[in-house]
Amino acid sequence: MATDNKNLSALINPLSKDNPVIVQILGICSCLAVTAKLEPAFVMGISVIAVLAFANVIISLLRNTIPTNIRIIVQLVVVAGLVVIVNQLLMAYQYDVSKQLSVFIGLIVTNCILMGRLEAFAMSNKPWPSFLDGIGNGVGYAIILIIVAFFRELLGSGTLWGYQVIPQNWYDHGYANNGLMILPPMALIVVACIIWVHRSYNKDLQE
Amino acid sequence: MNKQSNTYTIIYIIILVVVVGAALAFTAMSLKPLQTDNADADKMKQILASVHIVPEKSEIKSDFNKYITAQFLVNAAGERVEGNAFAVNTASESKMPVADRKMPVYECTINPGDVKYIVPVYGAGLWGPIWGYLAFDSDGSTVYGAYFAHQGETPGLGAEIEKPAFADQFNGLHLIKDNRYLPIAVLKAGQAPLNGEDYVHAISGGTITSNGVSKMIENGLEGYKAFLESLNTQKH
Repeated sequence: MATDNKNLSALINPLSKDNPVIVQILGICSCLAVTAKLEPAFVMGISVIAVLAFANVIISLLRNTIPTNIRIIVQLVVVAGLVVIVNQLLMAYQYDVSKQLSVFIGLIVTNCILMGRLEAFAMSNKPWPSFLDGIGNGVGYAIILIIVAFFRELLGSGTLWGYQVIPQNWYDHGYANNGLMILPPMALIVVACIIWVHRSYNKDLQE
Repeated sequence: MNKQSNTYTIIYIIILVVVVGAALAFTAMSLKPLQTDNADADKMKQILASVHIVPEKSEIKSDFNKYITAQFLVNAAGERVEGNAFAVNTASESKMPVADRKMPVYECTINPGDVKYIVPVYGAGLWGPIWGYLAFDSDGSTVYGAYFAHQGETPGLGAEIEKPAFADQFNGLHLIKDNRYLPIAVLKAGQAPLNGEDYVHAISGGTITSNGVSKMIENGLEGYKAFLESLNTQKH
């Protein structure tokens, strides 16, 4: 029973209380890069979930054999290998999506969440909890990405998932898209607003 | 065995790298045919997009073979030369001196007797390469359609060049006016064309990408200048 609870918390905690982006403040860089539109943010979220879950499992399986002084290198090799494989698979089966995400998939390698989870969790836990931790953190990351992308696309381009949602007659009456929303600084400000709201609901996170 | 010893570490990393390398090589090799197929189909789709034909995914190849009735290469003097047009790397050709270029031309027949010439262009945007296809009427001057694409321009700003709203501005513009060859420019609102050439409006907030499109058209069409001019003379 105790392990069940531990597994469950490995999966659930990263969604809110221990969210990688808004509590651990990891992976902020990709939050700026891929959140101008919803669709790339969504696919990026899915890719990170996949890579993080598999990397966690592989590192967890290897954890007792890895020599301590080269553990970061081993983690990097595993992550980089997985990312290239994901990219190759997308190019073969989801060509349009892979074209859209081009460089961002490669950038998963540098995502701090991956190294963070591998080092902090997978190196000292069994494969199954590591897998759940990977899924949990990946989803926690994806949720924030999608919330940020939702506001940035809606206010910046007047569209959602590429479809126009702000009616034309608003524009006729002088409404204008906020060009600043598309630029990277606004992603940081939106993330900051999410952190603000999140902390005001979770008093124990306040410092 | 001592897991912290140098021998163990070296053997460990060698095995790891060999295993990961083999996995990558295997994935790349086994997916290669699918990827090449996708890339070819994507290129065909882009070429067809410049003449406003948007086929279903399954019909790209058959539509391409149906509408593209001839492919050939032209040199800087406008003469047709031998070669496989589809396999030509526009990127590297565009970087060569104009005199050495052999540029591909796709001849597209939508209705019998109505021939369009599609030519690729390649250039640089803000973050990476941009490219496109321009379709000309048989007079070698009037733009029938245009298609642009990019690798990683800023979404919502430079990336807007791939939207029809930008590309459709080119429809009906002229490249050769009063027997003068004037590449179509991309200008910001308020700018006036230098030599009276036809122009389209730049993307606001995407100045560097827009300038890139302008330069790409100027440089890319340079290799077709003689070819397009000879089409134009034949017509008149």
